[in-house]
Amino acid sequence: MNRILENNPLENEAIHIIRETVAQFEKPVLLFSGGKDSITLVRLAQKAFYPATIPFPLMHIDTGHNFPETIEFRDRLVQELGLELIVRNVQDNIDSGRVMEEKGKYASRNILQTETLLDAIEEFGFDACIGGARRDEEKARAKERVFSVRDDFGQWDEKNQRPEVFDMLNGNIDHGQNVRVFPISNWTELDVWSYIEKEDIEIPSIYFAHKRPVFERDGLIWSAFDDYVYREDDEQVYEKIVRFRTVGDMSCTAAVESNAFTISDVVREIRSSRISERGARIDDKRSEAAMEKRKQQGYF
Amino acid sequence: MEVLKIVTAGSVDDGKSTLIGRILYDTKSLTDDKLEAIEKKSQSRGYDYLDFSLATDGLVAEREQGITIDVAHIYFSTDNRSYIIADTPGHVEYTRNMVTGASTSQASVILVDARNGVIEQTKRHFFINNLLRVKDIIVAVNKMDLVDFDESKFDRIRSDVEKLAAQANYKNQSITFIPVSALKGDNVVYRSENTPWYTGKTLMEHFESIENQDVYETADARFPIQSVIRPKQADYHDYRAYAGKLYGNDLSVGDEVTILPSMTKTKIKEIQFFGSTYDTAKRGSSLTLSLENDVNVSRGDTIVRSESIPRSGKELNATICWMDRNPMRLASRYELQHGTNKIMAKIKDIKSVLEVQSNQQSHSVDNLVLNDIGTVSMQLNKTLFFDSYAKNKSTGCFILIDKQTNTTAGVGFIE
Repeated sequence: MNRILENNPLENEAIHIIRETVAQFEKPVLLFSGGKDSITLVRLAQKAFYPATIPFPLMHIDTGHNFPETIEFRDRLVQELGLELIVRNVQDNIDSGRVMEEKGKYASRNILQTETLLDAIEEFGFDACIGGARRDEEKARAKERVFSVRDDFGQWDEKNQRPEVFDMLNGNIDHGQNVRVFPISNWTELDVWSYIEKEDIEIPSIYFAHKRPVFERDGLIWSAFDDYVYREDDEQVYEKIVRFRTVGDMSCTAAVESNAFTISDVVREIRSSRISERGARIDDKRSEAAMEKRKQQGYF
Repeated sequence: MEVLKIVTAGSVDDGKSTLIGRILYDTKSLTDDKLEAIEKKSQSRGYDYLDFSLATDGLVAEREQGITIDVAHIYFSTDNRSYIIADTPGHVEYTRNMVTGASTSQASVILVDARNGVIEQTKRHFFINNLLRVKDIIVAVNKMDLVDFDESKFDRIRSDVEKLAAQANYKNQSITFIPVSALKGDNVVYRSENTPWYTGKTLMEHFESIENQDVYETADARFPIQSVIRPKQADYHDYRAYAGKLYGNDLSVGDEVTILPSMTKTKIKEIQFFGSTYDTAKRGSSLTLSLENDVNVSRGDTIVRSESIPRSGKELNATICWMDRNPMRLASRYELQHGTNKIMAKIKDIKSVLEVQSNQQSHSVDNLVLNDIGTVSMQLNKTLFFDSYAKNKSTGCFILIDKQTNTTAGVGFIE
């Protein structure tokens, strides 16, 4: 029988980008959040260099407000694949007084991550940070390049981006600059889920429907977890069958009502969804330009 | 899964963002939360209609000024396939954005304002699409509602564009003309009752009918090496394979191949991907392959079939689109990136610049400025193996990098 290799074009493109990153940069790192997009990146990186192991470490900027399920999953994944994991904690910067924790009802550590990320990039001298951002997620991300050059302050100069023609990627940078690399730029949320289904990739359990104590605020379903998530006295806690469509901090990711217990349920649910993925991101609701502002400051 | 990528071009105010917003709305691709945001914003600005351009204009400055600044990518799908639209803005850096978007697109929509007809920008957009050999061109004559859906206005634009096409180099382009109103939705997804004289497809019907081919098209197989895979694990001690993406044509185990630039001949021993082996790899695949002989191969080398060796030389003639604010000057040196290979190039002669308005080539100049399209001859510091862009897209183009700023300053199409 004639065995023919024919991958989907998005996979071919992502692997090409990951290989270019390793070839053109001295110290790449994969920014790993434990979410489905960065888990997909890990699989793509495995494929890009197989049978060699992934030639760069994973780095997790831990806000300390992660879902425990995500952290367990992260540790098991790196152990199984024999990967190097670097963890840097937002808590350290809070303890040392370098950053101030937000207060009040909508307090989140999301923005504080940026400072820890920039410190870590400098500490290890990373010149390329591979991330799982996708252009379909949000309007400012729709304008992002595959190789996105950042200055020493991690800043994104959105009006002065390099043209990217065909699939030639120019990785030339000055000393002190670094590049954010987005191999799955052109994937949609549904593409990622379809790939996870087809490849049978394991993902954290919070992506599937489960019973969880929650409360409601502003029409969104919040996790009731009093250590991390501020709750008013009159915000009643009750149990509900929910799942998470994106995985950020507990304090910035709302749950959605769902009966998707398996990966094919999830794919079906996404296919028919009338709400966008980031519709349940509390951090994006702050203003119309929330993402653009965070990106300029060096956010993922 | 099939993905079709489409680039859209038009001048400021031609209504590109509105057209894309309309496509998203009429194909029910706008989710409820995004639609709600558009409704709110339109209301707060006092519009009595929905401003769909708000769906795509992503940056603060864009929303403030009502213009699009940078190439935006928009995703939607039908039952038939997925679409990516590269929305390229039509002002200051128009050539750069247009080339960026068109280089990876199978089809191109050129918007023309029915009131203004074919203007300089339209000619430029047409010329760039022709230079890049984009297969499928759709001329969307927009704002037909503002000219009372007058057929003669549409016909006039059609005949003006057909005149441009008659003068163009690349004749194999399919050009389709569609009268639309992005604002009102005529002939975008739904057929208009206002254009009884138009019997062709709506824009969306046309998209659905485009045959999906990868942008590099069928040509001789080219396999530029991205990296050499040499695992550090003990059980792979003697393992050596070459990672890259295959362009132009399929490759099979046993094919007689030549490694460029060393001209070493060998055969393909194995085609591998993630632990499986294959007899044949389809073009477009990212893969790993190993060779029969123990040969010296490194990043920047290219593997080709021995029966189809490309041209080679230390001089190159190319059409260059200049994309940098810093002009390209005669006698300057640039880094030339050709696939995964990087060499140095010196500008020997700028033979002509395209005068878009008259479609004439002016003669010999000293520099190319931002948005200029010129024919240039270059001297290379090493022998390069290349094809003409007309013959093989992947090995027929290159980028020029300014070593002082590291920016991608120009893109070239080899003659």
